[in-house]
Amino acid sequence: MFVFGIPLVGSAILALVGHRESAPDVNVAFSLGTFIAACVLTVEVISFGPLFAWDRAFFIDPLNVFIVTLTAFVALSTALFSRPYMRVERDQGKMTPPRLRLYHSMYQLFSFTMLLALTTNNMGILWVAMEAATLTTVLLVSVYRTAASLEAAWKYFILCGVGIAQALFGTVLLYMAAEKVVGSEGAALLWTNLDAIKAQLDPTIITLAFAFLFIGYGTKVGLVPLHNWLPDAHAEGPTPVSAVLSGLLLNVALYAILRCKVLTDGALASPLTGNLMMGFGLLSVVVAAFFLSRQKDVKRMFAYSSIEHMGLVTFAFGMGGPIANFAGLLHMTVHSLVKSAIFFTVGHASQKAGTQVMNEIRGLIKVNPTVGWGLMLGSIAILGMPPFGVFASEFLILITAMREHSWATPFLLLSLGVAFASVLSRVLPMVFGETSVKRLPHPPALIPVFVHLGIALLLGLYIPPYLSTWYREAARMIGG
Amino acid sequence: MSGLASQLINLFAAVLLLLAFAMISQRRVVSLIHLYTLQGATLTAATLVVGYATHQPHLYLSAALTLLLKVLLIPWLLHRVIDRLSVRWDVETLINIPTTMLIGILLVILAFHLALPVSQLSSTIARGTLGIALACMLLSFMMMITRSKAVPQVLGFLSMENGLFFAATAATYGMPMVVELGIALDVLVGILILGVFMFQIREQFDSLDIEHLEKLKED
Repeated sequence: MFVFGIPLVGSAILALVGHRESAPDVNVAFSLGTFIAACVLTVEVISFGPLFAWDRAFFIDPLNVFIVTLTAFVALSTALFSRPYMRVERDQGKMTPPRLRLYHSMYQLFSFTMLLALTTNNMGILWVAMEAATLTTVLLVSVYRTAASLEAAWKYFILCGVGIAQALFGTVLLYMAAEKVVGSEGAALLWTNLDAIKAQLDPTIITLAFAFLFIGYGTKVGLVPLHNWLPDAHAEGPTPVSAVLSGLLLNVALYAILRCKVLTDGALASPLTGNLMMGFGLLSVVVAAFFLSRQKDVKRMFAYSSIEHMGLVTFAFGMGGPIANFAGLLHMTVHSLVKSAIFFTVGHASQKAGTQVMNEIRGLIKVNPTVGWGLMLGSIAILGMPPFGVFASEFLILITAMREHSWATPFLLLSLGVAFASVLSRVLPMVFGETSVKRLPHPPALIPVFVHLGIALLLGLYIPPYLSTWYREAARMIGG
Repeated sequence: MSGLASQLINLFAAVLLLLAFAMISQRRVVSLIHLYTLQGATLTAATLVVGYATHQPHLYLSAALTLLLKVLLIPWLLHRVIDRLSVRWDVETLINIPTTMLIGILLVILAFHLALPVSQLSSTIARGTLGIALACMLLSFMMMITRSKAVPQVLGFLSMENGLFFAATAATYGMPMVVELGIALDVLVGILILGVFMFQIREQFDSLDIEHLEKLKED
């Protein structure tokens, strides 16, 4: 169980030395350790099947091991990116040594809570880890201590606090339903036990429980109308934090909903969960696409794009069935990779221009061609242009929607079109165009950007057979 | 014996509901904290009675945890915060108090309606109180919405957590111990962070009025 032991130790050590010159490197080293441990775990799960650890308190199956690896990978590349980024922030006087220490320590603690939420078998611990993730990210968002970042963090805390309290009530109801079947031991909240007895759970209680759990974790996924915290938190926090929020936290919250959906589907005969997820997913896609076109701040714009994509994934899982689930998982992967890559380039671009307002960022391709090309390619990828992976998953989602829920297709196509037009019309002048800004003192770390985009491109062209078996296995777990 | 115990639990539940209404109608921050402390004390007593009547030793532990956290530690922290910030003044509400009370009554009816089918299925001695627990949650939720200052918002959040805790005790004799410890830890860390935030908001805006936090809007 090195996977989450490493970030926990890392956060403790960085709490002590996080202000030193070498702290960013230490941060990278711990993230690398976590990633290696996650890879080892993946190999084990693929070769030996689902694993238990520590008296069944932890449970790894194809579904969560895939998100664990993704999480560890994005956490590693974000740590790499934040090395030069945070040095520039320090030179510009935005980050003082105590703040850097807080930042590095919370970064590792955040990785720990994410991995704990993913690997735990206990629905109660899942809740505790999600709440802890909220707390660490609140501190990360407010790290600049400006008026706007405090406001964003306060809003984030209160909204997600209320949301997650609903999820706790849902968990209580779930426990109540389970207790009637298996008796009142701690085992009644273990997901594997719940999964085994899900057909006997009381439908009335489970319906109510799922409603509360969906609202609660849905707030964290950023589903409309519970999305208000998301653009603020993304825009006002440091850019590495925006990258991990979009790339990781939203995925993990969605994972929590999926776990609850599996249980609820087993207990109910009706397609209630699917309909709820389709409805909210579609609403998020449409609303976010139209808000996209009105943004002036580059990070806010991409935050709305995250809402749109999470809505799309939620819609896919709501439709269910092997193809839609497969597409949903694929979309989760490529969205994480591409969106974090975009935030990396946006971070450097706005650091260079000294602003996040899009009208004032110009001519990236002249000053630093790699940043410019990274942003350009990333935007093309996120908008679902072939040959990137997003195209493949969006295509699969759309054809399933056409076949099974044809009423939804016009809304989806319209929103994707609006998003395409508005993002591209903003990004083009930012990349091309005239500018007079100087280079940054620390060379930006752009390898992660192109590694992410490269993987997304690869997934669009060719999915290796072992990966597709893995996806299919995971899709089957969600009830494909 | 169990008749007396269930009467006692119903009594405590009624007290909790009354306290939730009192918090809605209360204007002074200091009194709000006193009410929160009382709520914590009632919760401790209710947990003890449920634990005694059903012979669930882990409920004693969670009652002790409640006492320590919600009657002693958090109120003490809150008192320190408001002393340092000197915000003992009256609280502005966004909607006037009689209207909030009326909405509160509607919320209670809604809560009972929602909880009725669930509590009929429950087998615990405190099953009748699930509706009250849900009502407390909704009332605190409303308090968070209608208050415009930071401290009452936080108190609303905390009292919502109390309602949740009571729901867990009433419906299932409490969550497994490890989960309960985790929740307690999260609440404690959360309140510490919020405390620090209040100082920072004060520094930035010279006021704890959340209405200042309206810069980040969609235009």
